[in-house]
Amino acid sequence: MSVDKATVAKIASLARIKMGDEELERMVPELNGILDWVEQLGEVECSGVEPMTAVIENHLRLREDVVDADPKTGGGRREDVLANAPAAEHGFFGVPKVIE
Amino acid sequence: MTDLTNLGVKDIRDGVAGGEFTAREVAEAFNAAVAEAAALNAFIVTTPDHALAAADATDAKRAKGEDLGKMGGVPIGMKDLFATKGVQTTAASHILEGFKPEYESTVSQNLWDAGAGMLGKLNLDQFAMGSSNETSYFGNVTSPWRRSGGANTDMSPGGSSGGSSAAVAARIAPAATGTDTGGSIRQPAAFTGICGIKPTYGRCSRWGVVAFASSLDQAGPMARTVEDCAIMLEAMAGFDPKDATSLKMDVPAWEAGLSADLKGKKIGIPREYRMDGTDEEILKSWEQGKEWLRDAGAEIVDVSLPHTKYALPAYYIVAPAEASSNLARYDGVRYGLRDLPDGAGLQDMYAATRAAGFGDEVKRRILIGTYVLSAGFYDAYYTQAQKVRTLVSRDFAQAFGQCDAILAPTTPTASFPLGENQDDPLAMYLNDVFAVPASLAGLPAMSVPATVNSDGLPLGLQIVGKPFDEQGVLNAGLAIQSRANFTAKPEKWW
Repeated sequence: MSVDKATVAKIASLARIKMGDEELERMVPELNGILDWVEQLGEVECSGVEPMTAVIENHLRLREDVVDADPKTGGGRREDVLANAPAAEHGFFGVPKVIE
Repeated sequence: MTDLTNLGVKDIRDGVAGGEFTAREVAEAFNAAVAEAAALNAFIVTTPDHALAAADATDAKRAKGEDLGKMGGVPIGMKDLFATKGVQTTAASHILEGFKPEYESTVSQNLWDAGAGMLGKLNLDQFAMGSSNETSYFGNVTSPWRRSGGANTDMSPGGSSGGSSAAVAARIAPAATGTDTGGSIRQPAAFTGICGIKPTYGRCSRWGVVAFASSLDQAGPMARTVEDCAIMLEAMAGFDPKDATSLKMDVPAWEAGLSADLKGKKIGIPREYRMDGTDEEILKSWEQGKEWLRDAGAEIVDVSLPHTKYALPAYYIVAPAEASSNLARYDGVRYGLRDLPDGAGLQDMYAATRAAGFGDEVKRRILIGTYVLSAGFYDAYYTQAQKVRTLVSRDFAQAFGQCDAILAPTTPTASFPLGENQDDPLAMYLNDVFAVPASLAGLPAMSVPATVNSDGLPLGLQIVGKPFDEQGVLNAGLAIQSRANFTAKPEKWW
């Protein structure tokens, strides 16, 4: 499968990356080079093979059902959470207006 | 007094503990070496005060007769992929420029708790995507190594942990942290004549490490000897409830368990790693490696890893897919860069911010990842790649029925000049052809310097072990190290 400029533009839009015409045109052969190359995976006989979900056998743990069990990842850290925000106002993240 | 910057982790730790020199003297010596080495561009920010404060704390503990910790008095370089509280953490990207985390990554905290201090944050390929350290927003890292015969071409230190490899090889840091997603510890270690180990997936917590491909990312140490790697890995590893994939296992005493005696061990040589286009001198060093391990008492056996050829293309689906998802968090809202064109709405702000904040290679991988995960293509690409990954992993499991560890080259070539492979993403990806299979299978793997080639550039050998058998990997590495007698070092030009 190969991609054309319109497809790359659609992918870029899905990925929320603004790209001008020139950049899109440059990306087309680059992406096609990579996609042509990964295409060889189609040769591999995979019937009956499960796709990998965990690389090392492990089980998902449940944590104690306690509020703020770990103060590093618990709540009550609004100042810390907002400290690096480009626009924090009144204790919230500021964004451009999204509703009229 | 000996030049303290020639010392590694073990010698510094033991020298400080024994009172031969103070931790402060060590930190001052390395701070000065870092300040002199700006030409390497190995550091994005330097933190001499952090190193001095940790050193003073160690010296104070010693005065009181307290335990100094596994890394007591050792200043290290921290790859700028680890969140460090109050110290800029960028992943070498523009989008995170100026980001000062309010928290400390588990691995870096473990190191500080073990008595280490920080010389600075090391440059890398942007978001750890690259194999030459040419994708950093903060400029290329230049290897301290140059070709012999007075050449002055700038060489690549490898990537993505290129600041780490350059700093350790140049002796401006005794050791550094690295992270390895598809070879990012081992390939730069090989390029610069140092050691580096990626442990079993889950040994080191990923909490606070800027995420690239979460099912592959693992932190590990980079240092000049196998012993130093063992010591530092002990300090870095350990169960962390904040990482859902952290292994709930005790950290073995790897340093105490070191032994270069391989009697009774079988070392596998995978025939599929003998690929067209591999440098003759690399193949020769591989042969030499077999001899060394045989001399250490091991039996050399042939093994087969039939899906080797497909590991790299599978990686270049899985890793970009995970990256496209992980990097969705950079949206100009919560931290980092915001680009808000006049009159722009929220969607325009996202797109403008990400366009301005990501470099070309990062964008390329996000697009590939977005494409292979998109409706209609998911099964053909992503599911197929994850099936191939199962087969790659199964190959290793079968090989380990016949051997205890695997010996292979780390890279298909020695270091190359900066700029040489920049225009061809695929040529660059091939650097990791020998490193990626172990990553896909989550296995511990290490690169150890073997020799220098006819250009005077280092070549590394790679050992891949069974899951959780870092000890076996380190021991085989030690057997190579004690026979290779690798003493070459870059001549100072910076």
